[in-house]
Amino acid sequence: MRPNLELLDGRLVERVLGEAFELLLDPGVRVQAPEAADLLAAAGAEVRGEVARIPGSVVRAALESAPRAFALHDRSGEPAVRYGAGVVQFDPGSCGVHVLDPETLEHRSSRSADLVRLVQVAEMLPEYAAQSTAVICSDVPAAIGDLYRLFLVLLHSARPVVTGAFTAGGSRAMVELLAADAGGAEALAERPRAVFDVCPSPPLTWSAFGGRNLVDLARARVPVQIVSMPLAGGAAPVTLIGSVVQHAAESLSGIAIHQLARPGSPVVWGGAPAILDMRSGATPMGAVETAMLDVACAQVGRSLGLPTHGYLGATDAKVVDAQAGLETATGAFLGGLGGIDLVSGAGMLDFLLCQSPEKLVVDAEAIGMVQRLLRGIGTPTETLAVAAFAAARPEGRFLELDETRRLFREEQRIPSKVIDRASHQAWLDGGAVDTFGRARGRVEQLLAAYRRPAPAPDVEAALVAIVRREAERAGQGEPAELPGLPADVAVGGG
Amino acid sequence: MTSELFAAMRQSIVEGDADRAEELAARALGEGMDPLAAIDEGYVPGLRHVGDHFAIGEMFLPEMMLAARAMKRAVAVLEPEMARRASRRRVLGRVVLGTVHGDIHEIGKNLVGMMLSASGFEVHDLGVDVPFERFVEKAREVDADIVGVSALLTTTMVGQRSVVEALRDAGLRPRVKVMVGGAPVTRGWAEEIGADGYSEDAVGAVNLARQLVGA
Repeated sequence: MRPNLELLDGRLVERVLGEAFELLLDPGVRVQAPEAADLLAAAGAEVRGEVARIPGSVVRAALESAPRAFALHDRSGEPAVRYGAGVVQFDPGSCGVHVLDPETLEHRSSRSADLVRLVQVAEMLPEYAAQSTAVICSDVPAAIGDLYRLFLVLLHSARPVVTGAFTAGGSRAMVELLAADAGGAEALAERPRAVFDVCPSPPLTWSAFGGRNLVDLARARVPVQIVSMPLAGGAAPVTLIGSVVQHAAESLSGIAIHQLARPGSPVVWGGAPAILDMRSGATPMGAVETAMLDVACAQVGRSLGLPTHGYLGATDAKVVDAQAGLETATGAFLGGLGGIDLVSGAGMLDFLLCQSPEKLVVDAEAIGMVQRLLRGIGTPTETLAVAAFAAARPEGRFLELDETRRLFREEQRIPSKVIDRASHQAWLDGGAVDTFGRARGRVEQLLAAYRRPAPAPDVEAALVAIVRREAERAGQGEPAELPGLPADVAVGGG
Repeated sequence: MTSELFAAMRQSIVEGDADRAEELAARALGEGMDPLAAIDEGYVPGLRHVGDHFAIGEMFLPEMMLAARAMKRAVAVLEPEMARRASRRRVLGRVVLGTVHGDIHEIGKNLVGMMLSASGFEVHDLGVDVPFERFVEKAREVDADIVGVSALLTTTMVGQRSVVEALRDAGLRPRVKVMVGGAPVTRGWAEEIGADGYSEDAVGAVNLARQLVGA
């Protein structure tokens, strides 16, 4: 039996969907991307100005054509992240603008080298099923920033990638990059490696770039994660359930646009909801209500048979401290129990603004605990205990049993040394190092052990050529150097 | 061929496969191998591997326990031949071991006993809830080099001091060394009660015992 958390009963899920369908008709959805509005109008929506009133039939048709399950693949073409398979998977949070300096504890502007470091650390941790384009590279021109982040992750990782495009049309070159990585557009559609986060703007708005990306990505058959972000009490109703309704309406409208652009393209019922903190006006990602919103939103998506995503395992703390630990673990556990297919957010501090490799290694321990919990309590032996007692003799020598050795690694998750289980004396002898100090040590160890999974040289050359061409096109001229490029990649140029 | 046999013996210990360790010991005897060579060059390197990997966190208690058990079973097969040849495995030292009076926890003590015995110490295990004077009697009886006193509880840990005092009153100190162990035991405690050393785990206990007997 797998542990499972549901926050809404079946009737309430029905009411959520009922009101979401109502909202799609009145007040309707603002659609600022002409190509998206045209698709909706052609399908029977009433489009006046920016506002599209979307009838339920259009949405239901989209829900029919959207796939129930699909996978993201690793570089070798093997399925690695399975959506809709009942497995909870985790990836680092995306698009931080700072990194936590492990020496000074400053939040400094993130650069290419920081992204590479984050990717390398995550690559060494089996708890992460996917990478993400984790931080903005401030040493790269903003015009090619989205593309460049993806480029660096593809060069330094073999895992699937959660990414995003934040300019209209920005996904075009990124899709080209992924196709070059996969061995062509057809191969990319068959075995996608990346999923794009595409975000509606709360409340009930598809911006020009959000709407355009939905259409472009659907046509390229590249998976999309619709990441609706209701802000309960701010840009959404203050009630959690009201925000769940808004999330559903935004997600349904996105799926409608997406499936109209190309029926059957893979799409995920994602989300990054939060509450508005009424003291500071902040958007706390570590609040329990934020986690409750994620769990409830995912439950609504699952009731429609859709793959799900949420944003948990992050903290609003500024350093990797007790608040960071408790908020991260709370979110990761609730997301895991909520059965969300992919949970993004690990490594993140300060309202998703700041990434930290040290937090990634601590978070991997929380995630490992969640994964252990979700495996549940199994029955790997024929008798539950009777045979073990017979073998252990009256004095109870369980530690000496073959069964103990055979099963302990399944029954127990062996934590890394980030988790301290030494005696007080041994801890003192080891320098009395706290969690953050142990995490710093582990980051250094992982970086030392990291080996780049190199793609074929011609693939790398193609990736480099696309990035150079886009840099020139963006008016940046011939880039003098490509920061973060592995030393063994031919720079080409000319 | 001999080196292959040594490698297989080593592997049987690493895998904690007692049946295989026994079988290899029998084969070594059949081939006329010196049992001491089998122990020192075949099995002991396996045990060392397990100890080293335990120390760096890559092997775990059940694996160490089974390695020690496999070692013990192999040595038992070899013992009659050693007796016949009148050769004895060099005993590093004689250790009297027990869990202190009032305390019935034995896992840590058993592990230390297994590892000491597998490493070449002669171990006399008194079991659990052992009266202080019993440690003294046994130490005298077997001419012990070391007395090891285990305690898992803070309430019974004080009994370790009583054992040290009982040995002193019997005139056995400082010739008979005392090592203490158990979850609440610290270096500070060992120093306070005048014990000769303490260890965090079974591998450390073997190292400490070697040090105390100058091996």
